[in-house]
Amino acid sequence: MNTRQQSKLIYSWYGKPLTSDRKLRTSQYKGILITSESSKTETCVQLGDFILVEGVNADQPYVAQLVDLYEDGAQHKRAVVQWFCRLEEIPQNKRKLLKREIPAQEVFFDQVLGYDTDIAAETIIKSIMVLPLHLGEELPIMILNKEQTFYVRQSWDGKCFKVLSPDTFSKLKEANKKRGVITNSSKAFTPSDILTPVKKETESVVRSATKRKNADMEIESKHSTSKSSLAKERHSQRVASNDIKTPTARKKLELNSPTRSKAKLLGCEVLGLLDDDCDAIAPLEPSAPKRKVKFTGEILGSPPKIPCSSDKSKQTSETAEHRQRSSDSIRLSPYTKVKDFHGKDRNLDEEDDILLSLVGYQKPSSQMPVLTPRSRRTCAQKTSALIAEQISLLKSHGKLAAEEDFSSGSDSSYSSSSEEEEDDDVPCTPEKKPKSSKIFSTPKSSRKSAVHTPAKTPKKTGTPRTPRTPRNATPEIPRRVQAAQEPASVLEEARLRLHVSAIPESLPCREEEFQDIYNFVESKLIDGTGGCMYISGVPGTGKTATVHEVIRCLQQAAENEELPPFQFVEINGMKLTDPHQAYVQILEFLTGQKVTAAHAAVLLAKLFSTPGPKRKATVLIVDELDLLWTRKQNVMYNLFDWPTQKHSKLIILAIANTMDLPERIMMNRVASRLGLTRMSFQPYTYKQLQQIVSSRLKGVKAFEEDAVQLVSRKVAALSGDARRCLDICRRATEICELARQKRAPEMVRMAHVTEAIDEMFSSPYVNAIRNASLHEQIFLKAILAEFRRAGVEEATVQQIYHHYVALCRVEGLQSPTVSEVMAICSRLGACRLLLVEASNKYLHMRVRLNLSQDDVMYALREE
Amino acid sequence: MSKRKLKESSAESAECISQVQKILRERFCHHCAAGKLFGLEQQYRHLLELLKRTTVHGESNSALVIGPRGSGKSALLNHVLKDLREMEQVRENLLEVHLNGNCQFLMKNPFLSGLLQTNDKVALKEITRQLQLENVVGDKVFGSFAENLAFLLEALRKGDRSSSCPILFVLDEFDLFVHHKNQTLLYNLFDISQSAQTPVTVIGLTCRQDILELLEKRVKSRFSHRQIYLMNSFDFKQYIKIFKKQLSLPAEFPDESFAQKWNNNVQHLSEDKTVQDVLQNLFHHTKDLRSLHLLLMLASSAVTVHHPLLTAADLQEASRQHSTDSKANIVHGLSVLEICLIIAMKHLNEVYDGEPFNFQMVYNEFQKFIQRKAHSMYNFEKPVVMKAFEHLLQLELVQPLERPSARAQREFLLMKLLLDSSQIMDALQVYPNCPTDVKQWAASSLSWL
Repeated sequence: MNTRQQSKLIYSWYGKPLTSDRKLRTSQYKGILITSESSKTETCVQLGDFILVEGVNADQPYVAQLVDLYEDGAQHKRAVVQWFCRLEEIPQNKRKLLKREIPAQEVFFDQVLGYDTDIAAETIIKSIMVLPLHLGEELPIMILNKEQTFYVRQSWDGKCFKVLSPDTFSKLKEANKKRGVITNSSKAFTPSDILTPVKKETESVVRSATKRKNADMEIESKHSTSKSSLAKERHSQRVASNDIKTPTARKKLELNSPTRSKAKLLGCEVLGLLDDDCDAIAPLEPSAPKRKVKFTGEILGSPPKIPCSSDKSKQTSETAEHRQRSSDSIRLSPYTKVKDFHGKDRNLDEEDDILLSLVGYQKPSSQMPVLTPRSRRTCAQKTSALIAEQISLLKSHGKLAAEEDFSSGSDSSYSSSSEEEEDDDVPCTPEKKPKSSKIFSTPKSSRKSAVHTPAKTPKKTGTPRTPRTPRNATPEIPRRVQAAQEPASVLEEARLRLHVSAIPESLPCREEEFQDIYNFVESKLIDGTGGCMYISGVPGTGKTATVHEVIRCLQQAAENEELPPFQFVEINGMKLTDPHQAYVQILEFLTGQKVTAAHAAVLLAKLFSTPGPKRKATVLIVDELDLLWTRKQNVMYNLFDWPTQKHSKLIILAIANTMDLPERIMMNRVASRLGLTRMSFQPYTYKQLQQIVSSRLKGVKAFEEDAVQLVSRKVAALSGDARRCLDICRRATEICELARQKRAPEMVRMAHVTEAIDEMFSSPYVNAIRNASLHEQIFLKAILAEFRRAGVEEATVQQIYHHYVALCRVEGLQSPTVSEVMAICSRLGACRLLLVEASNKYLHMRVRLNLSQDDVMYALREE
Repeated sequence: MSKRKLKESSAESAECISQVQKILRERFCHHCAAGKLFGLEQQYRHLLELLKRTTVHGESNSALVIGPRGSGKSALLNHVLKDLREMEQVRENLLEVHLNGNCQFLMKNPFLSGLLQTNDKVALKEITRQLQLENVVGDKVFGSFAENLAFLLEALRKGDRSSSCPILFVLDEFDLFVHHKNQTLLYNLFDISQSAQTPVTVIGLTCRQDILELLEKRVKSRFSHRQIYLMNSFDFKQYIKIFKKQLSLPAEFPDESFAQKWNNNVQHLSEDKTVQDVLQNLFHHTKDLRSLHLLLMLASSAVTVHHPLLTAADLQEASRQHSTDSKANIVHGLSVLEICLIIAMKHLNEVYDGEPFNFQMVYNEFQKFIQRKAHSMYNFEKPVVMKAFEHLLQLELVQPLERPSARAQREFLLMKLLLDSSQIMDALQVYPNCPTDVKQWAASSLSWL
């Protein structure tokens, strides 16, 4: 038997090989044993069992049915599974097809082709239960609120949902029936909560419940109770094996004991409940017993957290509260406990009844220590004084008077022994009890209620809660009140089509580039490999538009099943606040998790480096690549390294402006990974621009042919930016429309276009100088004179001032004061006609022209 | 009897005067809120059409309003927005977001208060707050910078032309946004305006003519290049008209006869030669309407019960105040010793052609004057002279070239004089009780020979 040690879980075959193939050196088995080292538990998963399989997202392991187990030639343990998919795995737009609310527990029988059903056996987390149900069938109550149990109603084949065929339905049913988990108690058998779903049906419950060993072990086994915590643990182990420090993972493990988190969840409710009760207690005497029930419940199921914290005794006040709490509950317990349990029992279902009565009957035996006053723990002694104080406070408050009558004497003894009792109780308290039961819903909240001493209550509830961060707020802009008007005239229609945002049916003049990119991505998709492509070109040459068009076509092809399905992720360097945020966004696109950048990097690295089941190919567009540059370039390095991994199936299309970006800013190792698949988008020629405009205006007679040509030639000569071309045309329609109000030409003519071009490209400086005030113009003249005198294109205000005064005298103007000159200077500086230094230098401030002397001369001479 | 009548009328006119003051002050101080537009009809139409298209058709746009300080950029925009809000089909359909690049600026509009978008992070929070997106609780925006950006972009991406409410982004002091890291905010705003998402219109207000050169090439490509220039392109005749309009009282003034009288007076003033000279002088200096407001403000504060109407002399006085030289004013208040030091520095500047000097040099120059020429001057101790010199330093009439360090002796710190020789001579002319020998010394450093 091959035993591979995996941090803490050991997988070994159960039983002898069923069949073995000599040639292929494979052998099949009927089950696999998962041994957890830490908790000393063994679980056996057999063929036909339903299992959880490690997935991309630690919180949401995949659900599957075990079909086959075998060991391959290389002695790897493999498993063949039938997948079930969760709602989260179904594309957003398809979810609407269901037309009903899907609870988190519902899964779908997965018939999507293309998912790898052959997985490594080590990815199996544990066994669970999946119940087949008919579409209209009510949920059996036993499933309700059990996280370990799923049910299936429909199947999903990638396109639509179908009702389960009778064949599969019966198969699933059968699998459920024969299903029984064999638990081996080889060393020290402890009931593990993994098994609880089964226990509820078999009589092993009784056995497990009665067999109790030392408390330490139970705490250990607690860690593995909830599947999510287990998955996380596994996850963190994997992460740990990837050279990441283990301490954090360990810590997480400890923190993940489920009781605590649940206590937090329920805390508010209970707080409120208790609060109500406390307030109402004086007038409503009869309601008191009811509340007592809750308190008893607390003791029953209270988690092993309280002894831990009191042992440490970090803060006396805190422990005092604990004590206070437990003493409270103890006080209540003696006379109502047993009776209440019997009362409650009758109301409950059969299965629950068994469990409940178990616990109930257990009760008296575990109460034995309560009666023997033991105050072993020092904390208890210390805090007893505090408790007494608290109680006196309570008395003065006049609340809870009834309960206090019998308590005061043996407070400390009760509290200390209650801990004992808690410890003893834990093993027999089933964690997964139905929430509908009143008694059992409270225990989880015991931690929170510890804070809630009656004396404290008013303060606690009196302070208004700070509003919480709306975690799952939906980003949305309000709708408009009136509907947007549709274009009425030809010009309006043309303007709408000419807007850059309007998406044309096809991209003219980029057919070649389109084909190249399409072929590249298609070939990679078909091969199931990864790769990078670098696309460059000046702004406005249609890089992003072409790539999006490619993706659109590919998605269509994938929908028609001409290509394997793929995921499409897009990030834009400009839309990130920090290069490392790229990881976060990619991970969120892929799995929906929200984590920090560092963690996301680790998760992504793991995701792309390990052969995951259900892995689809991913097409990643990285726009504005140059902004992902960091000093160590690790973001770029990682991005381009992932496609080279064997199992990544990642195709990257990187877009940037500069052609030689890889050579210029990338380190050799990054540039080398980017590879040599390059493509550059040339600026549009005037003919292409003309074609773009006329293709958009097809069918709308708004422009003269020559006008379009003029715009195209002008733009092609300047930048070849298609956006500019479209903007000018759009502006020309506006000018035309304004002019039309007088006459009625429906067409945009040369004159309009020329006006628009002038408006957008003319230099503002000359106009600004011509419209400046007289003194400002004289000041500019003085600057020119000073420049000519000194032969340097820089002068201080003092030097210019002398020329200025002289010029004013020539013009016959009143010579201005220095303050006025400074004001003129700063005004011209604010317009950036001049470049000036900081003004605290006053007369010694240096001045330069922000445009050429010739321009200034030209502007001044005209008049 | 007649006395009582006089009293009554004076009380009445006091009422009138305070009304006048109130109206004028409001007009001159709140340029943006109530200011009228002069010579901006074309720009007004352009901007109004642009915003109307955004709201009615849901068309995305971007534009820059460029013009020197005080040329009425904000006034233009506020006018357009005001008129837009009055239109029936527009009223409910526009969300406005106002951002200001400057941290000291405080907007007057009710939906805004002190905006401090000194970086993209703050700007983003402000946008989210003003849009009242869902991650806003009360007045606070939650989440990190990255989350906020992602959230906002997601929100804007979800919308489309026909169904989402158009958003108007007004970026005041647009040039300051250009200096934000990577121009992320501008890129994103312009990118949205150029893609099929929620319709947005981005209006930037700036006084820099070279603004387009500051935009990064990607950002520039996404900007639509619509520039609306405000140039103050009116001539002096229009300037006089503006002057009249700004000063005259509105028709709804309570005391009609007084308003009539006041307006007649304004008409009369505008034809007065001296007033025209004053205005011409100001017009030659600057076409900025704010300085006209300042001048009128100074003049109108002279209006009292006993002096109910503005006169040409008031305007002249205001003009004088308006154009006085601040540094020369300081010189008037100096002691004779300090004046002497300044004169010494002036001579040093002439001898060494504007090279920096130190205290010791100034003191030597002063000693020369005392020993050779001065009869009226008392020979001060060096520490006293030093004290006077430091006073000049504090008044910033003298400026050290480098920061004073502990090591360098104060006497030998290099200094520069921040006054021009003409300023000094002008100041001396009006300096009261200036000793004649000081005056002579000021005129020529060689006069003692």
